[in-house]
Amino acid sequence: MALPWIILLTPLLSAAFIALFTQRLRNISAYISVAACAVSFLATCCIFSMHGPVLSEYRWLDISPLFSVSIGFTVDQLSKAMLFVVTGIGLLIHVYSLGYMDEDEGKSRYFAGLSLFMFSMLGIVLANNFVMMFIFWELVGVSSYILIGHWFDKPAPPAAANKAFICNRIGDFGFMLGILMLWVSTGSIYFGDLQAAAPGLAQHPGFLAVATLLIFCGAVGKSAQFPLHVWLPDAMEGPTPVSALIHAATMVAAGVYMLSRVFFLVQASPAAQSVIAFIGITTAVGAALIATQQNDIKRILAYSTLSQLGYMVCSVGMAADDAAMYHLFTHAFFKALLFLGSGAVIYGTHHEQDIWKMGGLKNRLPSTFLTFLVGTLALTGCPGLAGFFSKDSIISAAGHGHPVIYVLALCTAGLTSFYMFRLMVVVFWGHTRSEHARDGHQPPAVMTVPLIILAIPSVFAGYHFFAGKFLAVPQEPMNMGLMGLSVFVFLAGAGFAWMIYKGKDSDPIVIPLLANRFYIDQFYQTLIAWTQDLAASLTATFDRWILDGAIVRGLSSVAWVAGFVLRFLQLGNLQAYGFLFGAGSVVLIYYFLFSR
Amino acid sequence: MELTLNDYLLVSGALFCIGFAGVLLRRNIIIIFMCLEMMLNAANLSLVAFSRFRVQLGLPNYSGQMLVFFIITVAAAEVAVGLAVIVALYRARQTTHVEDISSMKF
Repeated sequence: MALPWIILLTPLLSAAFIALFTQRLRNISAYISVAACAVSFLATCCIFSMHGPVLSEYRWLDISPLFSVSIGFTVDQLSKAMLFVVTGIGLLIHVYSLGYMDEDEGKSRYFAGLSLFMFSMLGIVLANNFVMMFIFWELVGVSSYILIGHWFDKPAPPAAANKAFICNRIGDFGFMLGILMLWVSTGSIYFGDLQAAAPGLAQHPGFLAVATLLIFCGAVGKSAQFPLHVWLPDAMEGPTPVSALIHAATMVAAGVYMLSRVFFLVQASPAAQSVIAFIGITTAVGAALIATQQNDIKRILAYSTLSQLGYMVCSVGMAADDAAMYHLFTHAFFKALLFLGSGAVIYGTHHEQDIWKMGGLKNRLPSTFLTFLVGTLALTGCPGLAGFFSKDSIISAAGHGHPVIYVLALCTAGLTSFYMFRLMVVVFWGHTRSEHARDGHQPPAVMTVPLIILAIPSVFAGYHFFAGKFLAVPQEPMNMGLMGLSVFVFLAGAGFAWMIYKGKDSDPIVIPLLANRFYIDQFYQTLIAWTQDLAASLTATFDRWILDGAIVRGLSSVAWVAGFVLRFLQLGNLQAYGFLFGAGSVVLIYYFLFSR
Repeated sequence: MELTLNDYLLVSGALFCIGFAGVLLRRNIIIIFMCLEMMLNAANLSLVAFSRFRVQLGLPNYSGQMLVFFIITVAAAEVAVGLAVIVALYRARQTTHVEDISSMKF
């Protein structure tokens, strides 16, 4: 079957073609990239008619019988749903980029990067073994690096790109170790074989827990979970469509996707599950708290993404991978919508990102306002919209024996509602607070149409008739109590935000701890500086005292002292030498003649 | 009384010791030099004595006496060089006293 190959390779061809031939023809590059994405999307639509496993694979590295890696595909419900999300949202964002990046000097480079990213992301989705997944896992890291650092002539984006790449590498190191552990213990890197071997691995719970948590490290890096979450807010230095595609809808969801792909490992290890759930809920609550005090529109959304990813990871940790994928699926739509909406706001206000310098935009950017409102309602769990169903499925999973997580998840839902309505109220209501916002203008149709298209699944993606076509939607009996609670926290959050922020021109509440993101960045800064200083002083001491002192100066002073001592034997008196010589001769003669 | 090899060797040893003591104890280079010659001649005496007393088929062993000729020859050459060095030294330092020549002493 050629379909998976078409899906995977078209974006690669596009990236290569742009890089090799059309660097200078900026518009042609853009259309090539959009066309490649459209081809992938159409092929994805076709793949839904396929049934049964796909056998075609290319044997890439073969050291039989020890080790073999193929570029092969897993086409099942999970990867089909993910393919749909990646190519569908990817296509809309490609189209949106045509407008957003229209004037950009590096348009060719940008679209080549997008195509490279699509290729890498689709590789992760389709991979049927860990090594292939790891290769593409690194490739998305590279393309994310390229795209975050797109405006490399400014100081912040390259720094953010480095930070993202390095944080990801830390996680990926653990991921690699985990893959090696599984390979050593089972002799295979294929998901199918590993699934068969999982019951055997479960005989050694310690080993399995360590291996699973190392694999999870990869997800911690890629899905920006605590404590490696620091890169994601900084990654907002990239162009907004990149934030929407990579840092909201697809790449950051790769960690959750990967965990669902190897869910049999997570399931077999209760110890790993509790760690994963703990990290997930910590991220969810912490990021939601931080988001309430941010002032950059994209950073608020970034922390919101962190928080939602925390939900998903936590859900995997509670052995509810269906709910995690369900939330991933709906979240991809409305978060992409929100990011593209924020991009439209930024575009319309001449690259203003501070929400306190906007205000009153609902009349100036009406279509953006309406779609953004839909996205916000979907994210905050307004009844009837996508986020309501998927979030509730996670919270109700927590209801089965995880009371702490249940409470924290509900609190997070309230906080989500609070900070999103804070954003809405400050940006779209009130009076305009800056010159840029005053002459805000509606973006072109090429940007608004993707917003409107994304608003549709943001409303309907939660319903069974939509999501059920792609996913195994968790079937929970209607739980009126939970539903009431989540509606209550939604209304409470929204109401508080409305009361506190309506008509305000500056933030009435300032909590430095939250505004400074729990000082985690500063802590890392200090920690890294401290570690480097310590290592530097250790090596300096070693160099100064061991290498220079003991070895180099030690050897030279041994020679010097020996020379100094021996110098006293040089009497300078010829006759004394003669005496010693004679005495020596007498001793020798005596020895040879008489003492034998 | 008949002189034996032992008597010659005793004289030779005494000469050698006197020469050696002179080399060690005297401070004038020319005296030291003469004492060195005396040590050589002590060796010559013992060689001649060995030659004379090691008779084979009624003839002395002439090897020892041959060696003595060599030593006398070498000693003559050595005296020529040594005296030249002493003269040069005297010209440079106006002394023949060994204790005055100690510029290489630490």
